[in-house]
Amino acid sequence: MAEVKEYVVFKIEKEFYGIDIKYVENIEKPQLITRVPYAENYIKGVINLRGNVIPVVDVRKRFLLEKKEITNDSRIIVISYEGDRIGLIVDSSSEVVQFESDVIEKAPKIGDSVKDDFVKEVGKEENRIIMLLDIKKILNINDQENA
Amino acid sequence: MDMNQYLEIFIDESKEHLQEMNQILLDLEKQPDNLELLDAIFRIAHTIKGMAGTMGYTKITNLTHKMENVMHEIRSGDVDVKEEIVDILFECFDALEEYVENLIMTGEEGSLDTDNLIKKLSMVLEGEPVEKIEEEVSQTGDVVSENIVKSNHEFTIKMDDMLKSVVNKAMMSDVNIFLIDVILDEKCMLKAARSFIVFNKLEDLGEIIASDPEAELIEDEKFDLNFQLLYLTKLDAKTLYNEIMNVSEINEVIIEAVEEKYDIASDDKVETLKDQSSTSQDTTTKTTKTNIRKNQASKTVRVDIGRLDNLMNLVSELIIIKTRLEDEGFQQQKNSNEMHETIEYLERITTSLHDAVMKVRMVPVERTFNRFPRMVRDLSKELGKGINLIMSGEDTEVDRTVIDEIGDPLIHLIRNSLDHGIESIEDRVAKGKPEEGTVNLRAYPDGNTVVIEVEDDGKGIDSEKIKDKAVSNGLLTREEADNLSKKEAINLLFRAGFSTVDVVTDLSGRGVGLDVVKSKIESLNGTVEVDSTVGQGSKFTIRLPLTLAIIQALMIELNKEKYAIPLNNIKEISTINSENISMIQDQEVVLYREKTLPLIRLGDVLDVEDYEKKTGEMLVVIIKKGDLEAGVIVDKLVGQQEIVIKSLGKFLKGINVIAGATILGNGGVALIIDSNQLF
Repeated sequence: MAEVKEYVVFKIEKEFYGIDIKYVENIEKPQLITRVPYAENYIKGVINLRGNVIPVVDVRKRFLLEKKEITNDSRIIVISYEGDRIGLIVDSSSEVVQFESDVIEKAPKIGDSVKDDFVKEVGKEENRIIMLLDIKKILNINDQENA
Repeated sequence: MDMNQYLEIFIDESKEHLQEMNQILLDLEKQPDNLELLDAIFRIAHTIKGMAGTMGYTKITNLTHKMENVMHEIRSGDVDVKEEIVDILFECFDALEEYVENLIMTGEEGSLDTDNLIKKLSMVLEGEPVEKIEEEVSQTGDVVSENIVKSNHEFTIKMDDMLKSVVNKAMMSDVNIFLIDVILDEKCMLKAARSFIVFNKLEDLGEIIASDPEAELIEDEKFDLNFQLLYLTKLDAKTLYNEIMNVSEINEVIIEAVEEKYDIASDDKVETLKDQSSTSQDTTTKTTKTNIRKNQASKTVRVDIGRLDNLMNLVSELIIIKTRLEDEGFQQQKNSNEMHETIEYLERITTSLHDAVMKVRMVPVERTFNRFPRMVRDLSKELGKGINLIMSGEDTEVDRTVIDEIGDPLIHLIRNSLDHGIESIEDRVAKGKPEEGTVNLRAYPDGNTVVIEVEDDGKGIDSEKIKDKAVSNGLLTREEADNLSKKEAINLLFRAGFSTVDVVTDLSGRGVGLDVVKSKIESLNGTVEVDSTVGQGSKFTIRLPLTLAIIQALMIELNKEKYAIPLNNIKEISTINSENISMIQDQEVVLYREKTLPLIRLGDVLDVEDYEKKTGEMLVVIIKKGDLEAGVIVDKLVGQQEIVIKSLGKFLKGINVIAGATILGNGGVALIIDSNQLF
């Protein structure tokens, strides 16, 4: 039996993305976001998550997509990475999928610099492809810019 | 008599005496011929001996007694004060300190073994050369195991009259009475189980009359590595020793035979005791002892810092919800007086609660400071410099977390001062300075902050050299460097680029690691600055917040965004009219109280969306940083509020002008302005 991995799937525009479930803490409905001056432009701001202040990343902005108002479908996926929590704002998110390791493939280079950067693998289902995100790439951008 | 009420006094007094002894020992080292100092040490040792004797702390008594003897010999001129002797005295001092430390923690002297020290002292008395002493003492380690029956081991089992009478009774029969000290191996995992095995074995071979700690505590594993027993058996010491050593994970067993009868205070007491059955004797001893312990425990409680943090977090949450109640109370109805009163009452309670929790967390900086005299002594010996450390304000209190964190940076700064600040004796003499360098370590509270200063009268820091260095390191351009004030230039030392080895020899590593000090202090929300005059010395000033978690702040609004400005950075609030604003070098200023006050449009600084430049009457919050002042233009004042500081987390670390965030009553988040960065 091949190893099974689970991914939280979210949607931006018409495309599906997956985050390894081990990073995901919970999924929140959109709430009041406080803007943080001088932060990276893709940091939408900070929210109060049950008494803790955590930053939220506007994933659309991160993917260099155009701005879209937050709707009722929007979700904040709270991930925990190396002890720090951070939220990702996505258009919608409602499911978890399982992939056996043999249906996960290395992402083909598609010449889209943004996606080439963030998507390291893809998981294939019958009629859709889920791009599996490299969390480190999405969060660690600070290091890269400083370097 | 219940000794516990005196325990605290004993601890306080011995601490004072030890502090004094420490100081005098340091002095004695410098002036070994000073008889007054010798007298003083003699006096202190004598006082401590007396006090310890009254309290029944035999180890302290023995050690101080020996010290007294040595001091006496020195005074009468039979023994010279040599460096080695002072070293031994320092070791004695360390031992005494540890005993007192143990008394504070547990109410017991503890198991620290000072046999070697006492031996060293005795040999000093006999006039043996010190090298020989060291040799002999190091040998004794092996001797111990052969000398199973030792006579000078310290036993802490308290011999009360009841025990004594049991012992005396046993003497008459054909039994051996032993005091046994069982020392478990350091790696022993299940100490309680090990001791249980020892107990079982001994119960088979004889009778355990008393133990220290008591059996219950041993069962609960509430002891260090050793426990002591008073034991009756028909076996001889050698067999007993082998029997106990057969149990694994036992490091050492020390057995002492009790051969003399004990004096019992009053005869009629013995009579009454004898009437009681031996089992009840056993239990009574135990209960009296337990009582003592309980009393001691109630005086101080040691609490894990994690629990305090947890408590603090809960108080923080409470304050947030209180603020929320306040908000809602105001919105809902102004006519309900009752609601208003209730909220005010709640406010008072939460404020007192917060203060109380804060106080629990406060400890005097003495804790960190008192290791420095010794460190300075050792270091100055090592460096061959004469250095005098003067400390003041040791009783200044700061948050526990700060105490734990502040030690390393201070060590760093003091080392720096000794190492690179204070010149060698020859240099100092050549410069006409006193031979002995002075390092001042001061602590004092200043408003909502605590200031710690490390000042030396050494060679100082040459700002020009630092500028050159900064330019050659590529940190600054020549022009930038020339524009720096002296103070700014010196503070370049804290820049990371200076912490490399290739700092020019003239600076001789002055900057080494200072960036680490700075980042440590800043992680505590503090600041560190340095001021220096070439040839006269340097002064490092650390400024730390008293509390780390909750502060008073002024809430302001810019358009729709809310921000908090810490109240201790605010001097006053005023209004100005835009007509009075003039421009100096592209900077808006206004004449205020006959001073030019630079203006900061916070909305622009923070890049607030759709922020319009206002005109007419404007609200100005005047902030201060040291001697500097600036006016911050804001849209609206919301009011003063107690806020709980929350970190923004790793991902948003080091964002300009923002010190953190706080949660508002409505569940939203407001950012806290670091007004120091607005200048």
